[in-house]
Amino acid sequence: MSAADPIVVVRGLRRVFDVSPPWLSRLIDREPRRLLKAVDGLDFSIVRGETLGLVGESGSGKSTLARMVVGLLAASAGQVLIEGVDLAATGDPAARRAVRRRMQMIFQDPFASLNPRWRIGAIIAEPILAFGLAGRQAAARRVGELLNLVGLHPADSRKFPHEFSGGQRQRIAIARAIASNPDFIVCDEPTSALDVSIQAQILNLMRDLQDRLGLTYLLITHNLAVVRFMATRVGVMYLGRLVEIGETEALFAKPRHPYTRMLLDAVPDLSMSGRARTPVGGEPPNPIDQPPGCPFHPRCPRAIEVCRTETPAFVDDVACHLAHGDPGWLGRE
Amino acid sequence: MSALLSVRDLRVEFVTRKGPLVALDGISFDIAPGEVLGMVGESGAGKSLTGLAIINLLDPPGRIAGGEIRLEGSRIDNLPPARMREIRGRRIGIIFQDPLTSLNPLLRIGDQLAETILAHTSLTRRQARERAIAWLGEVGIPSPEKRIDGYPHEFSGGMRQRVVIALALCAEPALVIADEPTTALDVSVQAQIIAVLKNLTRRHGAAVMLITHDMGVIAETADRVAVMYAGRIVEIGEVGEVVRHPLHPYAQGLMAAIPTLEARVRRLAQIPGAMPRLSAIPRGCAFAPRCPRVFDRCVERPLLLPVGDRSAACWLYEAPVVAEARQ
Repeated sequence: MSAADPIVVVRGLRRVFDVSPPWLSRLIDREPRRLLKAVDGLDFSIVRGETLGLVGESGSGKSTLARMVVGLLAASAGQVLIEGVDLAATGDPAARRAVRRRMQMIFQDPFASLNPRWRIGAIIAEPILAFGLAGRQAAARRVGELLNLVGLHPADSRKFPHEFSGGQRQRIAIARAIASNPDFIVCDEPTSALDVSIQAQILNLMRDLQDRLGLTYLLITHNLAVVRFMATRVGVMYLGRLVEIGETEALFAKPRHPYTRMLLDAVPDLSMSGRARTPVGGEPPNPIDQPPGCPFHPRCPRAIEVCRTETPAFVDDVACHLAHGDPGWLGRE
Repeated sequence: MSALLSVRDLRVEFVTRKGPLVALDGISFDIAPGEVLGMVGESGAGKSLTGLAIINLLDPPGRIAGGEIRLEGSRIDNLPPARMREIRGRRIGIIFQDPLTSLNPLLRIGDQLAETILAHTSLTRRQARERAIAWLGEVGIPSPEKRIDGYPHEFSGGMRQRVVIALALCAEPALVIADEPTTALDVSVQAQIIAVLKNLTRRHGAAVMLITHDMGVIAETADRVAVMYAGRIVEIGEVGEVVRHPLHPYAQGLMAAIPTLEARVRRLAQIPGAMPRLSAIPRGCAFAPRCPRVFDRCVERPLLLPVGDRSAACWLYEAPVVAEARQ
């Protein structure tokens, strides 16, 4: 996928959290440092105009990754290039500012992500004014347009966040995210706090805006059906690593990694076609004590000897010892 | 079929300074012995409140303002608190969403289980402990004889929810009310918990009232399903029929709005607007302002009436209208 025009390139990205007890307790109890590898060496790129979906269970490092991509969290190693600029390394404030304007984020909880004391107009105008894109009057006009665009009324700019429902607040968060004319938006679980009928409204809105404004999305979610609806490509994360990445259609039709297969099988079947849901044994391990070898091997139904000792390399878009020998062995016939 | 649980015209109000807010209005349904009834709806539709009203655990200012609830024929909505406490646990088991808050963090798992077993049976302490170990084994906790002396914080989320299921079932209740039992869990663990809940209730012959917003969980678990909207049941019937061919326009909109894994679609169907607040529930049909098929009849409140083998609260299915449509 690197051949096309990448807007975001992630190289060897790593984030380690130190979760050790204070040094004195460590000294007394003779305990070593305890490190949590939230993101453990990620490489991928996002092509202009596409939606890259990232799925995984709690603790797989999805949200840590999202925060590193937008620069809210420093990486322990590796780099994130947005249009070729590494925000963390560049010393040029103008370049950094230019990248920041073109990149925005939508958070999961629309109740926490809007300042309760600000009027909607001020919330949405903030990025416009902060980046000096327009004067106060022009910004106010632009806020009206943006509210229209996300399906609210321009008069709503006088109101406060508490006057809106969860779905409407998420529309406001989207209006704020597109206010600075970004190219790239990171969406971290944008609909998981919403009811399904409201989720449908927000997902449709996000796709409409993508078509109209040519946006690129990084969509982080645990909901496979949402990814199926939204994403061009999908990456599957497990314990801080990518286990598989691929075109949405292909990945859903022919998962190559046993974990992807397991996730797909675990989704309840709404069409009631009689497909039995196969419960998988075990739970995601604690990311502090990761198993040796392939991190998925204790739960993997196909694990062989080499899986227990050697960590599989991420080759040809999948990190699995078995997939490399005989691609497609996991495919659904 | 004599119902295990029978709810008739249940009305729950919240008393406020501006007058009562009606949170549940005219809720009627039955659960047969051994049956799994799903309750679905969006936040604020009144699913959890229905469950809480049945076990009489409404927080004030909420109160039951009308109707009756019968368990095996006898009324339980007007019992004194001491009698109701005997029914909770013994006759009706309860599973809440968050397993961490439904377990006492200061007591060992085994003591919590044994306490419940002792309270509802005439076993000795030693027998109760053995029974507790057996239950932990039944809900799929590995090496239960060791884990029984663990504290809740030593268990993962999925394992805790298994313990909660054991707690709810260990007095062999006739009915289990499960309120969003899998919502806090990851999808792979969710499948395990649903399987445990389904197998155990079947084996012990307990009926289940499964409250969830997840249609997928309902589709694979429930026998019948009730769809709630703004404090009312809009449709109730056999799960396959309601999921595949919903009658009520709200149920139709809800099913169409759910993205699925099966086919990629251009757009999701969406219902315009949002559910009304309790203080602003419209007169007549509560769904009318958002309904694509609204007509002049909808200013009157539709009753939940039989349509074929199920029931729907919608004027579209009133007999004369159906007859007209057929001509």
